[in-house]
Amino acid sequence: MFRLRDREMSRKIIDKLERMSLDLTLMHVCGTHQDTLVRFGLDSEFRRIGIDIRQGPGCPVCVTPPGEIEEILAIARAGVTVAVFGDMMKVPGEKGSLNDAKADGADVRIVFGVDDAVALAKNNQKEVVFMGIGFETTSPTIAAAIRSDPPTNFSVLSCHRTVPPALAAIAEMGEIRLHGMIQPGHVSTMIGTRPYEFLSEKYKMPQVVAGFEPLDLMMGVYMLANQVRDGRAEVENEYSRVVHREGNLTAMKVLEDVFEPSDVLWRGFPVINGSGLSIRKRFETHDARSRYSDLLASVHEKEFSEVEGCRCGEMLRGILTSEECPLFSTGCTPANPLGPCMVSREGSCHISYRYRKKQAVR
Amino acid sequence: MCLAVPAEVKSIDGMMATVDFGGVSRTANISLVDAKIGDYVIVHAGYAIQLLDKEEAEKTLELFREMLEQENAGA
Ligand code: SF4
Repeated sequence: MFRLRDREMSRKIIDKLERMSLDLTLMHVCGTHQDTLVRFGLDSEFRRIGIDIRQGPGCPVCVTPPGEIEEILAIARAGVTVAVFGDMMKVPGEKGSLNDAKADGADVRIVFGVDDAVALAKNNQKEVVFMGIGFETTSPTIAAAIRSDPPTNFSVLSCHRTVPPALAAIAEMGEIRLHGMIQPGHVSTMIGTRPYEFLSEKYKMPQVVAGFEPLDLMMGVYMLANQVRDGRAEVENEYSRVVHREGNLTAMKVLEDVFEPSDVLWRGFPVINGSGLSIRKRFETHDARSRYSDLLASVHEKEFSEVEGCRCGEMLRGILTSEECPLFSTGCTPANPLGPCMVSREGSCHISYRYRKKQAVR
Repeated sequence: MCLAVPAEVKSIDGMMATVDFGGVSRTANISLVDAKIGDYVIVHAGYAIQLLDKEEAEKTLELFREMLEQENAGA
């Protein structure tokens, strides 16, 4: 169903791109895009024809800075039930991960979505804190749960981040010369394509919103290459079967109702203005930061640094690839991850580790 | 995290729908979309986040073909 894996068409696109003799560096910001690129060996095929594609800050678990990992650890260690997406379990904090906290007796549950955490609170007398991570694909679902009158023992530690301010930060920092950006399909189903337009205007950045099948990405790259060739900088939409310019207006309304923008750190980045989502005062009973402010005060006073030797920060800024980290697959593996990029299934190190051997199969 | 998969809406009960992922049946919260029985939705973390336009999906493929043919001489 809706499979876009037509080999003949793929071949045609690659041939055309190859004839254009390109030397392009592109960035995408999505773990699922990275998965498709590496799983189908597209990344090396593109590199062969002069197109280097970097992941950028597109992995919610990876971009969550050390201080926020310590917040959820402190809440769990204080005996509160915490519910998290599975990828959070192994992210190392200063003194161990949520997995370690669980082994020491903390009540840590893995959930697949926010509604599971609400159900947990309903069926449980204890307080339940859900760690809300993710971009605009996920944050409206958390907003919907907060807005639908959940039990008073349910709260959210909002670690959500929004994509457009991070893209602007990448363009502004200028560490990496980008010829175009592949924008995330599912974030865009929510926000639409309009919030990217300023990047084309201000930074002359060619952009294509793309889906997740191999052909979606190949076509996205082809559209970008054409923009570069023609000297255009626009937002084009390859994923029109799901993405519209206005996005999902209902979801965005729910999001704005519950959250307000805040200035937050991203792992590997300085504070990015307006890139966080804080729970509005009106919903503060469900805001874990306000509920556990005493408990979190000591965490907020401290500064936490990155794990020594881990290069996730540079990976997230697109200036390094996983294989360039000296610890990749030697000192750092999915079984014993040093940094979040090897923990999360969306992290570039984890993705490279799990597919490299199979890469020849296409 | 941003993984989201298409599914067909089979039945609706208030905010919740039973959806079919090519043979696997699950429930999904549909409060963020305006979905009817028979629609295809994209489901992420237990929520339908957008409708999938089947006609547009076919048109996309058609458009790809055209683009690739059209520029044969040029590129
Ligand atoms: S391989 Fe490990 S240590 Fe190196 S950047 Fe990735 S997560 Fe960090």
